[in-house]
Amino acid sequence: MNFTLFVTALLTGIAFVAVVTVLARLISPRSYNAQKEEAYECGIPTRGRSWMQFRIGYYLFAILFLMFDVETMFLFPWAVVMRSLGPAGLLSVLFFLFILVLGLAYAWRKGALKWQ
Amino acid sequence: MPAAGRPPIGLAGQHLHISFKKKMFDFSVVTTWLHGLLCSFLPEWAAILTESVLVALVIITLYAVFAIVLIYMERKVCAAFQCRLGPMRVGKWGLLQVFSDVFKMLTKEIISMRNTDLFLHNLAPFLVVTASMLTFACLPWNAGAQIIDFNVGVFFFLAVSSIGVVGILLAGWSSNNKYSLIGAMRSGAQIISYELSIGMAMLTMICLTGTMSFSEICQQQYDEGWNIFRGHLPALMAFVIYLVAGNAECNRGPFDLPECESELTAGYHTEYSGMHFGYYYLAEYLNLFICAGMAATIFLGGWAPLHVYGLDGLNGVMDLIPGAVWFVGKTFFIVFLLMWLRWTFPRLRIDQILSLEWKYLVPISMVTLVIMALCVSFNLTF
Repeated sequence: MNFTLFVTALLTGIAFVAVVTVLARLISPRSYNAQKEEAYECGIPTRGRSWMQFRIGYYLFAILFLMFDVETMFLFPWAVVMRSLGPAGLLSVLFFLFILVLGLAYAWRKGALKWQ
Repeated sequence: MPAAGRPPIGLAGQHLHISFKKKMFDFSVVTTWLHGLLCSFLPEWAAILTESVLVALVIITLYAVFAIVLIYMERKVCAAFQCRLGPMRVGKWGLLQVFSDVFKMLTKEIISMRNTDLFLHNLAPFLVVTASMLTFACLPWNAGAQIIDFNVGVFFFLAVSSIGVVGILLAGWSSNNKYSLIGAMRSGAQIISYELSIGMAMLTMICLTGTMSFSEICQQQYDEGWNIFRGHLPALMAFVIYLVAGNAECNRGPFDLPECESELTAGYHTEYSGMHFGYYYLAEYLNLFICAGMAATIFLGGWAPLHVYGLDGLNGVMDLIPGAVWFVGKTFFIVFLLMWLRWTFPRLRIDQILSLEWKYLVPISMVTLVIMALCVSFNLTF
């Protein structure tokens, strides 16, 4: 039943956008103008494309995020059963967290968190 | 609250206590009745199909209603903070303003640019709206009134909510516009960074609750008290972290870099017009509501009423208020807090945003997690 409802909500989202877009396209006016299809940047014609090299800083944060996100993924199951695991589970997770903090400290020291 | 181990405080109190155990209305009565009714004259698959259509209608109605309420509220709250009146012309106190805005958006032409990647350009709103609808369906409105209730609910919520950022990145990338691209990149960096803090704050609370299902989390808070009181210090820290990170996740407030008007025209949705832009607008406000609703569910009890330990009379009165009212009330309280933040603080720079997350919030949330783990292990929670 839950999975049915999940599929229902998913299809609702898709159908909502599809139906409203079709509706909007049907009732909205249409006109053609050469200027209208230009990119909305500054009035004068745009120079070059925007699909180009981009600054590396954003990707560095994405890589760091990957590391920490995988870590949260590992921690969720532990959090659910931590009451029954007791001290041994707590110690091992603390060790796991310590390694992660080392990773963050390394990135910090290397200047990955600095925005030049 | 558990009855065991409590001194009796008189007949009236005890009577109230016994009766209020069953007082909270369980919405699953209605759904079970409906299912039985449909099954009585329809085959199984047709009954389920009918229910799915009903659920879809409910989702769309609630989605639209809350979007309209939130947009109106945002404009009025913003006006109040800036000593203005806000929308006043269309309808009494401007009540019809949002409806007319929606209608205007529907009747505007959807322009396709010459150099865009059309497929991705049209795909992006689907991702954004679908992600926010799926997370919207996770909210527990009342006991039994919850659409998607997996046993890994929190995990599902986090997983689905991160689809939205893909839509935003696609929107910026496919537009072939420098403003859009910069906005999308900023948004991507910001949202994925702050997702960590949201995940850690939720993780902290899961240590306390020991379950990931939203319905069980709410039921537990009804039985034993709100998580923010049960978890005292670490729960409070996690709550503040969640609010800061949630605000950033919704691209709002001091963190509205992806779409700062004064720098990037409109950020990642610069090239979207008409209803295509409307989807982003809709999803943005609904994400605000979902973020606040999650805070209400995980920290402030969801549909669980406010109970004070020992005051059975008060608890009985509180239980008379329906759970949905509690949930929506708490959610709007947090929405108001987030709007207050938005209209009070100036915008941060991208390096300030990222250093706030990586140098402050991530270490603090790790410390919070450790404190909570220690508190739970040594039974220091209430």
